[in-house]
Amino acid sequence: MHTPFLDTKIPEGPLEKKWSNYKKHAKLVNPNNRKKLEIIVVGTGLSGASAAASLAEMGYQVKSFCFQDTPRRAHSVAAQGGVNAAKNYKNDGDSVYRMFYDTLKGGDFRSREANTYRLAECSASLIDQAIAQGVPFAREYGGYLRNRSFGGVQVSRTFYARGQTGQQLLLGAYQGLMRQVKAEKVKLYARHEMLDLVLIDNKAKGIIARNLDTGEIERHGAHAVVLATGGFGKIYYLSTLAMGCNASAIWRAHKKGAFMANPSWTQIHPTSLPQSGPYQSKLTLMSESLRNDGRIWVPKDQNEKRKPNDIPEEDRDYYLERKYPSFGNLAPRDIASRAAKEQIDAGKGVGALKNAVYLDFSRALKEYGKNIIKERYGNLFDMYRKITGINAYDEPMKISPAAHFSMGGLWVDYELMTSINGLFAIGEANFSDHGANRLGANSLLQACVDGYFILPYTLSNYLATEIKVQKTDIQHKEFDIAEANCRKQLEGFLTTKGSKTAEEFHKELGRELYDKCGLSRSKKGLEKAIENIQKLRKEFKSNLIVPGDAAEVNSELEKAGRVADYLEVAELMCIDALQRDESCGAHFRQEYQTEDGEAKRDDENFSYSAAWEWTTNPSKPNLNKEPLIFEFVKPTVRSYK
Amino acid sequence: MKIYLKIWRQKDNLSKGSFKDYTVEDVNKDMSFLEMLDTLNLKLVKQGERPVEFDHDCREGICGQCGVMINGIAHGPLKNTTTCQLHMRSFKDGDTIYVEPFKAEAFPIVRDLKVDRSSLDRIITSGGFVSVDTGQAPEANSIPITYEEAEAAFDAAACIGCGACVASCKNSSAALFTGAKITHLELLPQGQKETHKRVAEMVEQMEKEGFGHCSNTEACQVECPENISVLNIARMNFEYNKSKLLVKK
Repeated sequence: MHTPFLDTKIPEGPLEKKWSNYKKHAKLVNPNNRKKLEIIVVGTGLSGASAAASLAEMGYQVKSFCFQDTPRRAHSVAAQGGVNAAKNYKNDGDSVYRMFYDTLKGGDFRSREANTYRLAECSASLIDQAIAQGVPFAREYGGYLRNRSFGGVQVSRTFYARGQTGQQLLLGAYQGLMRQVKAEKVKLYARHEMLDLVLIDNKAKGIIARNLDTGEIERHGAHAVVLATGGFGKIYYLSTLAMGCNASAIWRAHKKGAFMANPSWTQIHPTSLPQSGPYQSKLTLMSESLRNDGRIWVPKDQNEKRKPNDIPEEDRDYYLERKYPSFGNLAPRDIASRAAKEQIDAGKGVGALKNAVYLDFSRALKEYGKNIIKERYGNLFDMYRKITGINAYDEPMKISPAAHFSMGGLWVDYELMTSINGLFAIGEANFSDHGANRLGANSLLQACVDGYFILPYTLSNYLATEIKVQKTDIQHKEFDIAEANCRKQLEGFLTTKGSKTAEEFHKELGRELYDKCGLSRSKKGLEKAIENIQKLRKEFKSNLIVPGDAAEVNSELEKAGRVADYLEVAELMCIDALQRDESCGAHFRQEYQTEDGEAKRDDENFSYSAAWEWTTNPSKPNLNKEPLIFEFVKPTVRSYK
Repeated sequence: MKIYLKIWRQKDNLSKGSFKDYTVEDVNKDMSFLEMLDTLNLKLVKQGERPVEFDHDCREGICGQCGVMINGIAHGPLKNTTTCQLHMRSFKDGDTIYVEPFKAEAFPIVRDLKVDRSSLDRIITSGGFVSVDTGQAPEANSIPITYEEAEAAFDAAACIGCGACVASCKNSSAALFTGAKITHLELLPQGQKETHKRVAEMVEQMEKEGFGHCSNTEACQVECPENISVLNIARMNFEYNKSKLLVKK
């Protein structure tokens, strides 16, 4: 097969001038022409809502879609800990460059320099923007903004709003979006799910969507389509994601020609609550910020029977402090998760299922007192008590790793455009800024920066060439074909009439994937997983059961569509993990590790992003490589010791 | 544990609904209430029956999408807790539980326990925002906001928009929801400039949507998962009266 040239469109010039150079030369659309141009934005999380609002403010006509009952529910709402910005308010040596470097290093030198630098460069404006919208960030007594520290860095650059930073940032973006609904620049389609992307003359021109309240299939046309549909960590079934999070929009775009990059790179978050039984539907995250004051340990003896408070200091192993003395409990997420797995696998796990480690606040409680700890983490302690029935002021929390964030996603160039003309992907839905591991509090940042500050420029640059193009005709035959395919698929789910629910397939797939394509991977395991996923996909075609019909509210039908896509995404994840014969960031291949068990990168052979191309056979995707060129930074061994 | 359920089933907003009886065996005390409903639905689907439709998404108490009446109480018996964060340890073996949708004129039923709360969105659309475009913002630390002001604004901003306040109110009033947004934005210098216009428009929209008036029973605060204070309602009324006196027609 041919290998298309992946044009990253990275602007010329020194690192710190690239974005301003781009902005200087980007094409603009005259305000009078903007109102004639329509944009579809799918997803209303931080990236989708901020993009839709910002584009509407500029004068474009925006249609905004979400599957939830209101845009404010999108899963950005659940982000707890904070958002990073290189404000250097603490005078502790922070700068745009340092933030860029931390992010690049955190991602194990597997992201583009130019994109990562731009993320850090735009971070300060985001804080200004959020404050102007009324986001109640934490303050010092004098009235100035407060910061805290997060994993993988040695400065305090994280801004936060108690343990509900995502909620508050999202409400700011949501309110901005609703303001544009009032101004009639945004038309809102809540409880709508995108079923397919429509291409006309090789350009993204619209979507097919299903109204989840009525079952009606609708056609929507536009001059450009933006996917802001978030991550797909829910593919593991047990994850920190919301129940509805899915890969369907990006996967269906992938099947229309958009490349998927590094799909196997999934962040497994170290501080989630452990599974308590087979009925469990999700794993709740406890913010990483807890690691600022909490100490992680396991008993030294795997047969330890005493209660945590009765185990004396000398019988505890604070393994993160021991192994990574300079970062200690604030080691990056991939490292902290893998270290926890190591302890759990060695039989030192705690709790009834021996699947957790302790997160202990006793020293911080002694040092600062209960009031301060309550002020910092009160809602997290409350949440912990609600879920487990345990009071964490009196005894250590039990935590364990859980699937959390997709570093992989749709391949995009510097303009955040996918390999399909006119199709953009922003926020977690794209692959761009985090490399092989995302640093804490960079996710909210990337979503916001993409939506508020980057897309308004890059999308305008694209639309400037579309101003003479007429409104998309939704009677075009491409819409007919796409709609017919969607109807056929839904009909297929309903008429299979087997005996296994979509949820049961999903749980089975999730276990397989977590086991073989999760925290650690091996050639043998991945090959086995591919075989099992193919079997499961075959069974899905003949043994699925979905009651009811398509022309009504039918949550089982919604799930079936998402699981059908997951069954294909999962195989690509395994194929991706299998081709990468190295370890980097969250991608840990057992065959490639140093003597003391750290990830062993292979820059000579694997310093690229894997951009996969759909070939109609899910088992035979075509690999395109985007070489990662380090012009300004020399990749080093990533050490947090 | 064995749990007996009486669940409200209703095909759509025009059809008549009724309670149907179900039994769920093997309920574990560490299960969440929604996982208990999942268990029931799995059984129903495998029998080829329609599962009970209910709204939910994040299942960690923050998105605000879940919410049902459990034994007549919005989000069930545990204080300051959403339905998804309620666990079966709050019930006993052999209990009978009544499960109904949030009922209000402004919340039409979509199916079973799912209701349409877009009326709350329209209240925000009418004025629940700061009129600032992307790119206009001044340096974040240029306007200091005291610790106390920021904390008080946060207390109001913590509302998750679930609608439990409306469902708990005998008048189906959205005063707590609306008052919380007005307070959040009024307490911050960035939002203060528009308070008069905002409060007038939001209160008007609230009435247009068919929400009732507040008669100060304070049931809403008791059942609010975020413990949003009824003082927000007092502030809304105060600001509303001020806006009527000060804004010239």
